[in-house]
Amino acid sequence: MPPLVELKDVYKIYKMGNSSVHALDGISMTIEKGEFVAIVGQSGSGKSTCMNIIGCLDVATRGVYRLNGRAITNYTQDELAEIRNKTLGFIFQQYNLIPKLTVIENVQLPLLYAGMRESEQRKRALESLERVGLKSKAGNYPSQLSGGQQQRVSIARALAGNPSVILADEPTGALDSRTGREVMMFLRQLNREGNTIILITHDNSIAAGAKRIIRITDGKIVYDGPVEGDVTVMKMHGAGEEAPYDEKAKGAT
Amino acid sequence: MLWKCFKMAVQSIISNKFRSMLTMLGIIIGITAVISLVSLMEGLTSEVTDAFEEVGIEAISVNITNRASTVELPVEDMDELAREHSDVIRGYSPSVTMPAYIKDGTDTLNSSATGVNEQYIDLYQYKLMSGRGITYIDVERMQKVCVIGTYIAKEIFGGNALGKTLQITGVPYRVVGILEERGDSTKGSEDDSVYVPYTVAAHTTNTRKINNYIVYATNQETVEAAESLIENLCDKDIGDDDYYNIIAMKAIAESLMGILDSMEAMLVAIAAISLIVAGIGIMNIMLVSVTERTREIGIRKSLGAKQRNILTQFVMEAGMLSCIGGVIGIIFGSLLAIGAGKLLDMNILPTLNSIIVSFTVSAAIGVFFGYMPAKKAAALNPIDALRYD
Ligand SMILES: Nc1ncnc2c1ncn2[C@@H]1O[C@H](COP(=O)(O)OP(=O)(O)OP(=O)(O)O)[C@@H](O)[C@H]1O
Ligand SMILES: [Mg+2]
Repeated sequence: MPPLVELKDVYKIYKMGNSSVHALDGISMTIEKGEFVAIVGQSGSGKSTCMNIIGCLDVATRGVYRLNGRAITNYTQDELAEIRNKTLGFIFQQYNLIPKLTVIENVQLPLLYAGMRESEQRKRALESLERVGLKSKAGNYPSQLSGGQQQRVSIARALAGNPSVILADEPTGALDSRTGREVMMFLRQLNREGNTIILITHDNSIAAGAKRIIRITDGKIVYDGPVEGDVTVMKMHGAGEEAPYDEKAKGAT
Repeated sequence: MLWKCFKMAVQSIISNKFRSMLTMLGIIIGITAVISLVSLMEGLTSEVTDAFEEVGIEAISVNITNRASTVELPVEDMDELAREHSDVIRGYSPSVTMPAYIKDGTDTLNSSATGVNEQYIDLYQYKLMSGRGITYIDVERMQKVCVIGTYIAKEIFGGNALGKTLQITGVPYRVVGILEERGDSTKGSEDDSVYVPYTVAAHTTNTRKINNYIVYATNQETVEAAESLIENLCDKDIGDDDYYNIIAMKAIAESLMGILDSMEAMLVAIAAISLIVAGIGIMNIMLVSVTERTREIGIRKSLGAKQRNILTQFVMEAGMLSCIGGVIGIIFGSLLAIGAGKLLDMNILPTLNSIIVSFTVSAAIGVFFGYMPAKKAAALNPIDALRYD
């Protein structure tokens, strides 16, 4: 079985006139099925660029990216759209729900573009909404929901197509810390149910909820390993705070 | 999928009611103009056609313009021609106008009488209300009889004229027939007419020769053939073609129709320009709409929308916008045409053809002018689109 996500010496270089920005500067990683990875780094370090490539929204300048063992090179926009539709689920910082569509219509969108029958779309979308506990809001418009609820709708949308990988770019960025933590708990649960999750954040306390951390600085990976091994995250814990997602620790108190 | 696209287009149009209305306005005005103008012109055309049909589109009039006594087209020759070529010529009649001062007590009804033969009334599709028409015997014996229209009958005799005597320029004529009303029984209408045997009329005038004929071809298709037969006869009898002229009603009708047609074409062309302007308006609004919805397009693409999905969505929206405008325009235009018809006392109704064409054209405008903005939307890069706000 090939790894689910595999980046080999990937570069993303933006040319701006004479100068060029190495947003990704030779990145390699492998992510297996069932993992929960947090990609962390400061603003401008290249996290979003990395996610765009993993999410098939963008292609690398150099290097190899394989998704499910399939090299993502030389695909047309439409072929990339199909790969996104079949294998990826996105969760964005700004929820990115379409305001004039109802909650269920928003959740149906990836199924619609997959060419599914309307009745089947509705059935799946309702199941997905049920998983995030918002079945009762199916007919509402996004503007009638709180931020946390909207983010849950976008999670339901990401889940609807039953993707191999869920990509979340700063999913808690627009939420207060309590709601943010709730969303995090939910992602952890999805992971326990077998979903592969790649989370992008600059917030160490959020990153601590993942199982594995990949830390990027200036487009290079500076740490890749379990949460416990990451100096920055652990330093924070060392400061006396209780690790918020450490269920074992919670159980002990 | 298409149904979904359709629904989304409706939603998008409704969510921007005021703007949608303004965008449609151009199409509405253009289609209203097209429908009402075309209907009006069609009404006018059918009015003219009716008028010609009354006279008979197969009629050919022959006039001898040279009044010298040596120039003549004898009735015998015309009669022979008509009989020899009965497959082409249905009939003919001399038409001799004689001044006719008809007195009603002290009033003079300043009318004129026309001398004709026994075929005239049938050829001209007159119907007799009572009595009989001019007969061959009347012509041969130069009987002083007349057939009159309802206006004369009403004015002189108060209606009951049959068998009475009409004084025409002091000469008594016996009224043998009254024609059915054809116009509105007023002075100058077709009901203000008096027909007498042409022999009598020719005798009354100074020249005594026949200068005008009316010839009827068997049908519209044989008009040209009849015309050339008459031409040959005139050439033989008269020679110099400056001395006579032959005018076919069909040719007049055709040139009049040609004028009406080109007028219609011109008006439609002006309306078409307004439709192009309207199309540009739609394109403009669709471009704005694409820019406004860049983020939405990015979201859809990130979820797997292909270029054609986005393209269909926007083209559908533009097409629908202009179709709705088209339907409103068709309704307004029809009402305008019917209203104008009432005012002009004409029977004007928009034709099914013009409605179908207008609808198709408005749909085509939407699709055509919506395509470019939609293409732009479809080609958007998903990352840039997602970052846009
Ligand atoms: N389209 C672009 N053109 C030019 N430079 C770009 C482009 N996109 C990103 N960059 C540059 O690449 C680098 C990495 O950007 P990226 O968006 O990946 O950062 P990030 O880690 O997601 O930051 P943040 O936490 O602020 O979202 C930055 O220096 C940025 O300026
Ligand atoms: Mg970012």
